Amino acid sequence: MSTAEAAGGIAFALVQAGKRYGRLQALGQVSLAFAAGTTTALIGSSGSGKSTALRLLLGLEWPDHGHVEIDGRPLQRADVLPLRRRVGYVIQDGGLFPHLTALGNLALLPRYLGWSRERIRQRAEQLAALTHLPAGVLERYPAELSGGQRQRVALMRALMADPDALLLDEPLGALDPVVRHELQDELKQIFDQLGKTVIVVTHDLAEAAWFAERLVLLRQGAVLQDGTLQDLRERPADAFVSRFVAAQRRLPEAP
Amino acid sequence: MRGLLGALILLLGSCLLPAPAQAAPVRIGSKQFTESVILGELALAGAREAGVQAVHRRELGGTRILWRALLDGEIDAYPEYTGTLTQELLQGLPANADIASLRARLKPLGIGITDSLGFSDTYAIGMRDEVAARLGIADISDLRRHPALRFGFSNEFMDRGDGWPGLRQRYGLPQTNVSGLDHALSYRAVASGAVDAIDLYSTDAEIPYYHLRTLRDDRQYFPRYEAVYLYRLALEQSAPAFVGALHKLAGSIDEDAMRAMNARVKLRGVKENVVVADFLGIHAHDQGGGVAAQLLQRSVEHLRLVAISLGLAILLAVPLGILAARRRRLGQWLIGLTGILQTVPSLAMFVFMIPLLGIGTWPAIAALFPYSLLPIVRNTHAGLVGIAPELRESAAALGLPPGVRLRRVELPLATRSILAGIKTAAVINVGTATLAALIGAGGYGQPILTGIRLDDVGLILQGAVPAAVLALLVQGLFELVERRLTPRGLRLEARQ
Repeated sequence: MSTAEAAGGIAFALVQAGKRYGRLQALGQVSLAFAAGTTTALIGSSGSGKSTALRLLLGLEWPDHGHVEIDGRPLQRADVLPLRRRVGYVIQDGGLFPHLTALGNLALLPRYLGWSRERIRQRAEQLAALTHLPAGVLERYPAELSGGQRQRVALMRALMADPDALLLDEPLGALDPVVRHELQDELKQIFDQLGKTVIVVTHDLAEAAWFAERLVLLRQGAVLQDGTLQDLRERPADAFVSRFVAAQRRLPEAP
Repeated sequence: MRGLLGALILLLGSCLLPAPAQAAPVRIGSKQFTESVILGELALAGAREAGVQAVHRRELGGTRILWRALLDGEIDAYPEYTGTLTQELLQGLPANADIASLRARLKPLGIGITDSLGFSDTYAIGMRDEVAARLGIADISDLRRHPALRFGFSNEFMDRGDGWPGLRQRYGLPQTNVSGLDHALSYRAVASGAVDAIDLYSTDAEIPYYHLRTLRDDRQYFPRYEAVYLYRLALEQSAPAFVGALHKLAGSIDEDAMRAMNARVKLRGVKENVVVADFLGIHAHDQGGGVAAQLLQRSVEHLRLVAISLGLAILLAVPLGILAARRRRLGQWLIGLTGILQTVPSLAMFVFMIPLLGIGTWPAIAALFPYSLLPIVRNTHAGLVGIAPELRESAAALGLPPGVRLRRVELPLATRSILAGIKTAAVINVGTATLAALIGAGGYGQPILTGIRLDDVGLILQGAVPAAVLALLVQGLFELVERRLTPRGLRLEARQ
């Protein structure tokens, strides 16, 4: 990708944002800023509120307390659709629409934006090269794709309209270790090349550290620690951080 | 979804719209029993002899339907009985009021009445002769001594003021085993011994045929039922020749002549128009083609009813289903409401349409329409609500506005469920549409109705078999449509 594409990015911020689902406090008055063009990993166990944080940033949910800021301005309901078109969003098992081919999935937003068939195909092929998706796969339906191919197509769909930011919610969570490793490499490359604002949610500390310098560790809807991997290791904010870091390092030594 | 709409338009387009009414012929109605149909045919033949264009809407149903249709101007004339007028339709008249006082009462309603046609067809209670002889029953009063007797009365007789309730009171009858029967079936019931006594009309052809004894009305409970024609007074201006023809028929039929005509139609299967022509000494007017032509005509009528009512139901029910899926609370109300509509007995729905819309094709379509709503609303709702949340959210996260999401993602994902609902509605509709004949809309119900009246199984099958075949065809057609319209990706997914 050219450096022209690397310009831009979106600055996101949660300001005292809280979200409740019935009795469950999914997120409790959290303030977090994500500067334009940076990559951040949100980590934590399931139920820590990391997915909720992402959904608030896209206006898929609304905080019952505090607010969301986009490029320094509070997010209004009327701004949500234009915002989402500037952001690519990928979820764990891709969320591909089963009734459309891979290309059909990619074409949904561009068609709405009025792109020509030709332009859509060109962009799809360009992204297929970027994500190492084999030719011919674009004509297939999601049910005919492997797990890794499905995640690649989902990533391509998020990138189609050249968004200023990527929000990824456990993008590799459902993949086997080999494919996962391969895609980690590719994603890292893409993040570095495109220079967009990237927020990636994962429960895997190693993966988080591979993608981003800045790690934000959440627990029960609150930020426990916000820093680098080194910070987490050497200056853990509390005992849970140490336990979380230790739990991730349980790799057996080679004999 | 565009495909679905296309199929719908095709369906609507392929069915012929009802032919526009011709230069307003006089419309004669008749009730759903043989004598009334014969008298209707008689009026028709009389009209033709007088050079008046007329049509006969036969077997429209019971008294209420005909009376209302006449008041609303849906029909111009029909045969009625004086007793029914005094007991059922007009209030505050003595049971045996003469025709002059009836005429005076009907005039403000815009209704005219002929003199008696020459016979009285009164209600009577009939039993098998041998049973009555064995028990020593000759008068209705004698029934009091046999409380265990089982009565089978026509539904109309059960309910009306001059029927069973009054009879029981007048005679102090103790019987409790009383069931409602279709009048056409009650003779078989009494002949087979399933019931011991039935209500009958004194001109019924079956009385001698089944060896029945009519019990003497020793307390003069039943009023006289002189046969007359009722007609709209406006006809005296618009079709004086027709009114003249009706009056000419007065006094021309005695009880024996009527019973003989009833017997020829009912027991020997001669067509009403032939019997009437023989009675008048004229040539029978040809009544529309052979079996194949009739079948074709009924199929067109039936398909028209089904296609239009179903098409309109789809146009309303799919948007309602979408609305129900969008607003959960409202959705529950909507589905509940369409469910309540579904529980209205379809026969009642057809009768209910008469004061609102009259009789014929459109009222029948209006009556069929609500029954197609529930399956389609419910399946549209279920199809949309059943979409996996992550798919719905993925569509939202793309930044597509709700309308585009609905068209490109949600409706295609719900296609299969929606089509299944339409298929269910269509099959139900084909069956229910057989009732449309009751209010003059024709279709496969017509031979079924006539067949029940004449106790003619062959005739019933002429309606029942094509209706069943049509239901199967509709089912097959929709399965084909389903296969064509279900997106390939969904079929692949289902196979995994």
